[in-house]
Amino acid sequence: MRPSAIAVYVILIACLLAVALLATTVGAAGIPLPRLAAALGLNIASADPAMLARDQLVLWSIRIPRIAVAGMIGGLLALSGAIMQGLFRNPLADPALVGVSSGGAFAAASAIVISDSAWGASFRFLQFELLPIAAFAGSLLTTTVLYKIASREGRTSVAIFLLAGLAIAAIANAGIGLLVFVADDRQLRDITFWLLGSLSGAAWPKAGMVAPVALLALLSIPLIARGLDVLVLGEAEAFHTGVDVERLKKISIVLISAMTGVAVSICGVVGFVGIVVPHLLRIVIGPGHRMLLPASVFLGAILLILADTIARVLAAPAEVPIGILTAAIGAPFFLFILLRQRKLIAS
Amino acid sequence: MTSPRPALIEADAVCMKIRHATLLDGVNARVHGGETVAIVGPNGAGKSTLLRLLSGDLRCTDGGVRLKGRDLASFSSRDLANHRVMLSQHVNVSFPFTVEEIVFMGAGDRARITAQPLVDAAIAELELEPFRHRELPTLSGGEQQRAHFARVLVQLACGEADHGPGVLLLDEPTSSLDLRYQINLVEVAKRRARSGTAVVAVLHDLNLAVRFADRIIVLRKGTVAADGSPAETITNRMIADVFDVETSIGTEDGQPYVLLQRMQ
Repeated sequence: MRPSAIAVYVILIACLLAVALLATTVGAAGIPLPRLAAALGLNIASADPAMLARDQLVLWSIRIPRIAVAGMIGGLLALSGAIMQGLFRNPLADPALVGVSSGGAFAAASAIVISDSAWGASFRFLQFELLPIAAFAGSLLTTTVLYKIASREGRTSVAIFLLAGLAIAAIANAGIGLLVFVADDRQLRDITFWLLGSLSGAAWPKAGMVAPVALLALLSIPLIARGLDVLVLGEAEAFHTGVDVERLKKISIVLISAMTGVAVSICGVVGFVGIVVPHLLRIVIGPGHRMLLPASVFLGAILLILADTIARVLAAPAEVPIGILTAAIGAPFFLFILLRQRKLIAS
Repeated sequence: MTSPRPALIEADAVCMKIRHATLLDGVNARVHGGETVAIVGPNGAGKSTLLRLLSGDLRCTDGGVRLKGRDLASFSSRDLANHRVMLSQHVNVSFPFTVEEIVFMGAGDRARITAQPLVDAAIAELELEPFRHRELPTLSGGEQQRAHFARVLVQLACGEADHGPGVLLLDEPTSSLDLRYQINLVEVAKRRARSGTAVVAVLHDLNLAVRFADRIIVLRKGTVAADGSPAETITNRMIADVFDVETSIGTEDGQPYVLLQRMQ
């Protein structure tokens, strides 16, 4: 039997709060719990004023926006993975694994190089918005192409899907390599810094950029959840059951691309969150999307805040790129799922 | 000439051409409420194509299909789901939904409380109670097929509750079923027909088709070779013509049965 929805959400929210608390207290500039209370405005009287000012600065300008961005990005990555798995009827789908993130990254890297050139100078004023918009466009194109290749007469083949994704990722990565090759020193620094995948630049403006996409994604969940459930039966069967399959596919593809695009534009390619989170949740709460999608947002947020905290403290004061960390944990997990699902892949 | 009763679903000279291949060529088929019709024929005769045209899943390249007197193409997918239901041949579920969750999918977005009795009834009718909370991918092919049939029955019941008798389309519904559940499926389908549903099934087993159908449509190379009662259609001559095999046909209670002999 599946656990009740309330129990699941209570546990997830409790974990999210606990992880957020942990993330605020540890780091290069640690804020122990008693001082945290003071910095948050509780029990100020007993605090040392100099320390309080420093703590408040770290907390409000660095720690909290970073946790907010990490949480939202983690939620988006997990949600886009879960939706992609539903859309492709394949528990191994993940935007980073099948080249959707790379497509977005290629488009964003192109935007960096082009907007820096004389020709792109007219886009200069858009610099801040340019990256996510380009990444969204690149992800959208990649997802659409992938869907066209992998599905035939309403069936998607697991093998063709993964192999096509591999090829698309290779093309996008070749493009990124080419850009790195032609870029000048300043562009190169921009590209590599961002490609490594880090949340170190996450401040309030970035949080403000992610928030609308995150909100939009959350609000769209009820639009697609039932359709994705029935889509598990196949496109023709979903149609027979009364689902407007074309509409469902369009909404899902746009959502996946928007979420992947904004995540890539902020922290580069961060893989495997989209695979690990929905898989763990399916074991506990089952595969129904009405519960799986919102729960994925929470668990994705929890995992990425945790991963980012580890990335900050592992080699402090330096930071391990978070993409490396999620891949180091996620890739073995992916192999584990692969072994468990051998029969499915072979068919 | 008597004016014919309006059919629940009818195909009017439908053609289906894909590139240079003609899958169906001017097929007429009409099925009334309360009727059970079997579509039989050799591989590649167009049986599944005809069923998919009737379901609205494929659009015919020529001719037309009418559901309850209305052009099929004018229905939205949501609307269509209320009037016709279809059990497809191969449904492969890669996520661990339980049997009950799969059967619930037939209820669409109806409230759980209204759907629960229909789900329970379908699960009981197909003897799926022991599997209710099992995950579908862990079940045998036949058990999965029964779960999908239960899902389709729930969809039919939901649609019929609001819109009156509907159309039940079954594409080789017995392909993975053992003998007991082949009979079970036939009985269930006939019960639906008795309450007014039009039932159309593609079947391979001619004996099962006789047991199931009021009327048999024999397809050959995309055209109708015969359309009539089992006694009219299942004859040595017809089977030799259409299937290229020799058979000996006996009768039991006025219904034919088929013994396969050899290839021609």
